[in-house]
Amino acid sequence: MVIFLLPAILIYTVFLLLPILDSMRLSFYSGKGLIPDKFVGFDNYVKLFTQFPFKERMVNAFSNNIRFFFIVTLIQNIFGFFVAFFVTRKIIGKGFFRKISFLPTTLSVLVVGFLFKLILNPAWGIFDKILTAIGLESFIRPWLGDPLTALPVLAIVVSWQFMGESVLFYTAGIDAIPEEVTEAALIDGAGPLQELWHIILPSVLPIIGIVTILIFIGDFTQFDIVYAMSTTQANPGFGTDLFGSLFYRAAFSTPVRGGWGMGMGAAVSTVMFFIVFSGVMLWLHFFKKNGVDK
Amino acid sequence: MRKNIFLRRTVKTLLFSFLVIYSLSILYPILLMFLTSFKTTREIFTNPFGLPASFAFTSYIKLFTVSNYLTYFKNSIIVTLISLLIILVITSTASFVLAKYEFKWKNFLYLFFVVGMIIPIRLGTISILKLMIEMHANDTLFSVMIVSIAVGIPFGVFILTDFIKMIPEELSAAARVDGCSEPSIFRIVIIPLLRPALATVAIINYIPIWNDFWFPLVFLKSDSVKTVPLATALLFGQYQTNYALVFAVLSMASIPVMLFYILFSKHFVQGLSSGALKG
Repeated sequence: MVIFLLPAILIYTVFLLLPILDSMRLSFYSGKGLIPDKFVGFDNYVKLFTQFPFKERMVNAFSNNIRFFFIVTLIQNIFGFFVAFFVTRKIIGKGFFRKISFLPTTLSVLVVGFLFKLILNPAWGIFDKILTAIGLESFIRPWLGDPLTALPVLAIVVSWQFMGESVLFYTAGIDAIPEEVTEAALIDGAGPLQELWHIILPSVLPIIGIVTILIFIGDFTQFDIVYAMSTTQANPGFGTDLFGSLFYRAAFSTPVRGGWGMGMGAAVSTVMFFIVFSGVMLWLHFFKKNGVDK
Repeated sequence: MRKNIFLRRTVKTLLFSFLVIYSLSILYPILLMFLTSFKTTREIFTNPFGLPASFAFTSYIKLFTVSNYLTYFKNSIIVTLISLLIILVITSTASFVLAKYEFKWKNFLYLFFVVGMIIPIRLGTISILKLMIEMHANDTLFSVMIVSIAVGIPFGVFILTDFIKMIPEELSAAARVDGCSEPSIFRIVIIPLLRPALATVAIINYIPIWNDFWFPLVFLKSDSVKTVPLATALLFGQYQTNYALVFAVLSMASIPVMLFYILFSKHFVQGLSSGALKG
């Protein structure tokens, strides 16, 4: 029966697990070619954490990524929860609303990014036209060119796309509440607000954890949205640079376009791994210790 | 009492309106993408909001003539179908062993697989690229496929092991009495019952494989092996000002996944929710 297990173990180990570890090993190497071959110890990390421009780029990507994560987490958890709460009430067309909410999630981030780049485009941009039509033309600005708005716009677009995932998870959580519990509460005279506060909210607490950790992992490796909306240069002036785009530029771009060589790229991806790893550990610590786990 | 009913209706109307506005905010950009792809560039500027004057496929025809779009589309279909097929075969066999046999390390092996669901494979890209160069597989469809398969394994094992565990042991025992070998028990008893779970695994994996942009961007350089997402980026850059064509590019990349979702949305919801509640 070993033959039944072997292909899955082999492919999974060789093409997923080992490469993660091997990339960490490569972060201790340097070299001009595609494969770094000179052992340099912690040199790449020393450069990354202390020298210009490596340190500045990384600190910038980190702070952008944190802001990006906070915006997405807030929107997706709060909005996602309320949409899920609404579509689990007795409302006409709730099946339709549930289905529609997931539709953008099926599209590629790339397509969504390009689509909103066109919608926000100052030359044709339908968004500015809508603002003008409802008398808000004074708010119009170069959405993706202004350092103040570019990053939040990217975060909102990503939230728009993945809202469906939060709605789906919260809906599953609310649907899993036994009917007797809700009925008993109604007999005891609980109104919708009491039901929300005393029954629904406590039972979806673990879902907050799942939604947030998935966003965390996704956002700290997010690349496609930056590529589509702000190019690999993370315009304006690295204002939308995230770890994913920093990693791509560092590892795979030419030096003129911000490439630092494969060894440095591996160092960046190792830093990303430890960020994601700490996030997962924190999540396990807060959400999984009270026997929430199966 | 009457006041209470009135209040309830108002609240319900408010909730309903909120959901309608939310749905519009989702549907409008997507509809805009499809509708605009049928307009002429002139129309796009003079009539950005309305319906196209005619549903001519001019931009789509142009898309297939100015680029090797047929090749890109074919490549994406090859990558997606072969990856899905291999994921199904190797995860169902592995899950069969994990679910039906007792052996040392069994629980460890299950966890070993399942932990992969939260490991972002992108962080191993440099090493995978090195591996592909060493295997002379760089710039081939194989490179993208094998990575897609590796990413699909954890979820497949997670769903299928659970499902096979629920198949009553008596069925396998009866087959064994009839002289069935273990592999034929898998083939004759397990596989037919496993179909709904296999469908879930295929459906959930289909979208990320079809949409993958990162690995094609890193691995694929030749035009003949490019996939749809890579072509989308390429054509978007090349024809940025030809709005009609660009919207056709975006629509073409989205139709296969959206149609798929509309057809199988039930499986999506079931598959992903079971993941959410157990994970």
